Amino acid sequence: MNHHEDKIDGGRRAFFGVAAGVTAGVVAPGVVLHAVSAAPRSEPVTDAVRWGLLIDTTKCADGCRACVDACDLENGLDLQIKPEGQSQVQWDRQKSVWIRKVKLQDNQTRRVTNLPLMCQHCEHPPCVDVCPTGASFKRADGIVMVDRHTCIGCRYCMMACPYKARSFIHENVHGQLTRVPRGKGCVESCNLCVSRRDYGIASTACVDACAAEGHNAMTFGDLNDPESPISQALKAIPSRQIREDLALNTGVRYSGV
Amino acid sequence: MIKRIVYREWRIPPARYWTILGILAVIAGIGGLAALYMEHEGHWVTGMNNSVVWGTPHVFAVFLIVAASGALNVASIGSVFGKGAYKPFGRLSGLLAVALLVGGLLVLVLDLGRPDRLIVAMTTYNFRSIFAWNIFLYTGFMAIVIAYLWSMADRMGAVFYKPMGLFAFAWRLALTTGTGSIFGFIVGRQAFDTAFLAPMFIIMSFAYGLAIFLLVLMFTFDQEGRVLGDKIVRRLKNLLGVFVAAILYFTVVYFLTKLYGAKNYELVSWMLLGGGTFTVVFWIGWVLIGGLVPLGILYHPELGKDRNWIAAACALVILGGLATMYVVIIASQAFPLQIFPGQTVLEAAPAGGIIAEPAHYSPSLPEFLLGLGGMAVALLITAGGVRVLQFLPESLADESMPADEGAKATGSALAEA
Amino acid sequence: MAKAVVRAGLVVVSLVWALGAQAVLAADLGSFVTQGSKAAGLSACVEPTEVMRRNHMEFIEHQRDATVHGGIRGTKYSLAGCIACHVSTGADGKPVPANEPNQFCGACHAFAAVTVNCFDCHANVPNGGPVSEAGVAAHQAAGIAVAGDESAVKGQ
Repeated sequence: MNHHEDKIDGGRRAFFGVAAGVTAGVVAPGVVLHAVSAAPRSEPVTDAVRWGLLIDTTKCADGCRACVDACDLENGLDLQIKPEGQSQVQWDRQKSVWIRKVKLQDNQTRRVTNLPLMCQHCEHPPCVDVCPTGASFKRADGIVMVDRHTCIGCRYCMMACPYKARSFIHENVHGQLTRVPRGKGCVESCNLCVSRRDYGIASTACVDACAAEGHNAMTFGDLNDPESPISQALKAIPSRQIREDLALNTGVRYSGV
Repeated sequence: MIKRIVYREWRIPPARYWTILGILAVIAGIGGLAALYMEHEGHWVTGMNNSVVWGTPHVFAVFLIVAASGALNVASIGSVFGKGAYKPFGRLSGLLAVALLVGGLLVLVLDLGRPDRLIVAMTTYNFRSIFAWNIFLYTGFMAIVIAYLWSMADRMGAVFYKPMGLFAFAWRLALTTGTGSIFGFIVGRQAFDTAFLAPMFIIMSFAYGLAIFLLVLMFTFDQEGRVLGDKIVRRLKNLLGVFVAAILYFTVVYFLTKLYGAKNYELVSWMLLGGGTFTVVFWIGWVLIGGLVPLGILYHPELGKDRNWIAAACALVILGGLATMYVVIIASQAFPLQIFPGQTVLEAAPAGGIIAEPAHYSPSLPEFLLGLGGMAVALLITAGGVRVLQFLPESLADESMPADEGAKATGSALAEA
Repeated sequence: MAKAVVRAGLVVVSLVWALGAQAVLAADLGSFVTQGSKAAGLSACVEPTEVMRRNHMEFIEHQRDATVHGGIRGTKYSLAGCIACHVSTGADGKPVPANEPNQFCGACHAFAAVTVNCFDCHANVPNGGPVSEAGVAAHQAAGIAVAGDESAVKGQ
């Protein structure tokens, strides 16, 4: 995991610059309309926006882990160290994972699908319902996350999550990133790069990485804004929630599965 | 004329008493050390992981909490249901209920990721959560049982005896419903997501509480040489048999209900046939040791009359109860979530096993020691209580049994079985 | 009689020591400011020193709710803000964690015997800005400014 030590690939950077520039050009009007400028938020967040993701599984590449690696970098998950004396097998089951790549095969048709799976940011989150202290909460802008100051580490939310999105921190943590405080005994999950949200940066690490790889399978944006790219994409292509029978109205939608 | 029931402290020889206390204290102390170790190092030292988040401590804790509400049942039969023969048991029943609850809660709290935040848990509430309600149900239960005990023991409180009995009975039903609903309310997991679990837990509480009560009763009376009449033992063991049979009935109905939906075929076949350790624990522990064998012993014409066999049956019910909790709590977590029905997860990375295959869990020593420590604390409280205060009736001989309410008052108080 | 005199003497000595220790600590604290940071050269940055000494825990506690639930960042009561300025550098040039004994947080907290468990989770040295380096690079390449860069001090 030595990504930060790789030399910057000039050609890739240029390609990404063009892609991001085009995206920025499309996104900029929406950005301006919502006054999401690149500055730290000074007023409490409201429900004027609802953040969501759209994942087009037909574009998700087999074996690609760009979103996972980017999430690790952004949120300090690559800094996790296996405690001394722990077996690798057990550590793989205990370490925190906020996003995972899943490869599925339909039992009848044998069709194979690839997709990333993370916290679905439900509108009616079971994890929020069951938390005894209210540490697991839904922010006004739709992000479902854990207030680690109030979390007592009971793991009831992990039992309740229908998507196995939450992770419990099993070991003492050192060397945390400033933007992602995380420590032993609390529960965490994907928070749609909330640090970026609060500094007005209109993207998440996983979506950026997917675009940088050229797959463009993931779109991030404001579900409440009918003009945003994600809303327009949701109107254009068929999509669904995972486990829609639970009627949770997730903020993450999938197309092609 | 109804004979007055005399309660006396447990007066076994001091050496024996302090030995019992010492052993229990050591086990409780080791449990505390285990908890300290888990809290200091972090839960990586346990067998729990991001798939199986509740393990052996919760098996013990939930068992103790369920048994606690069941232990109070014996007192309720005396007060709410008017069975006079059970009246002498009221005090011990209340003591056991509180002791078991304290033991169970201790294990639960010490297993938290951040037990230092107990104050936060006691002051910050999300009332959509059954856990938050349970905090009030559990602490309220302790207060109510203590008030109930007062109404039994104090002459001034006697007027409150019946209303407190009713109140305690209703509260304990709410408590066990709340405990079962911890699991029953979870929509995402196939083995849960059913209203059935709440009444099933209530039925299980009847059996586990009574088994523990009977064991403690027989042990304390036997150790001190107090008379425990055959008639009352027969009534208690028959009642235990009924409860164990009821558990088996609920088990059958639970699986049949799950099996009826096509989406649950895999779950039921995994639990009953293909689940490896879990299947073994289910059939041998839940069904055989916890159900069929005790039933056979308790209703056997010869064995059912032998105190030693009855005690063995009670112990088997307790072991079976722990096995039941193991399957209900842990197997349900191990079975993979059906996130993509009709599809098979070929790979998932990182942490592929988390959503692809049945999760792996093996109990670790610190977890087991913590659970055992909780049981020791419950027994410590009981032993201290019966020694220092008047919880145990002096005699439960057949001749001195109070009649049931509404039964014909005859010269001898031999109650109809 | 002699015992009483000895006891009284011990009490006096310990009182003097306690008072003296306060004076010593107050002097030490002046050195826990990163050179060239916003706080360097100021006698009191966020609030007057005595106010901070008594009330910093309340400020932090209220701020954390505003940040976690309201998403408000970069205010004067930000914990990351404290760390950005009040971390000293060791002999090897690496920042020393603020909660170690004799450091900005650790010194008073060790004396007062109050556990500071903020740093179970929070970074105790400056470690990265609001976006990862890869993210910053990508945004800069696309010409989008990323706020909070100026507070990102590369640690470790």
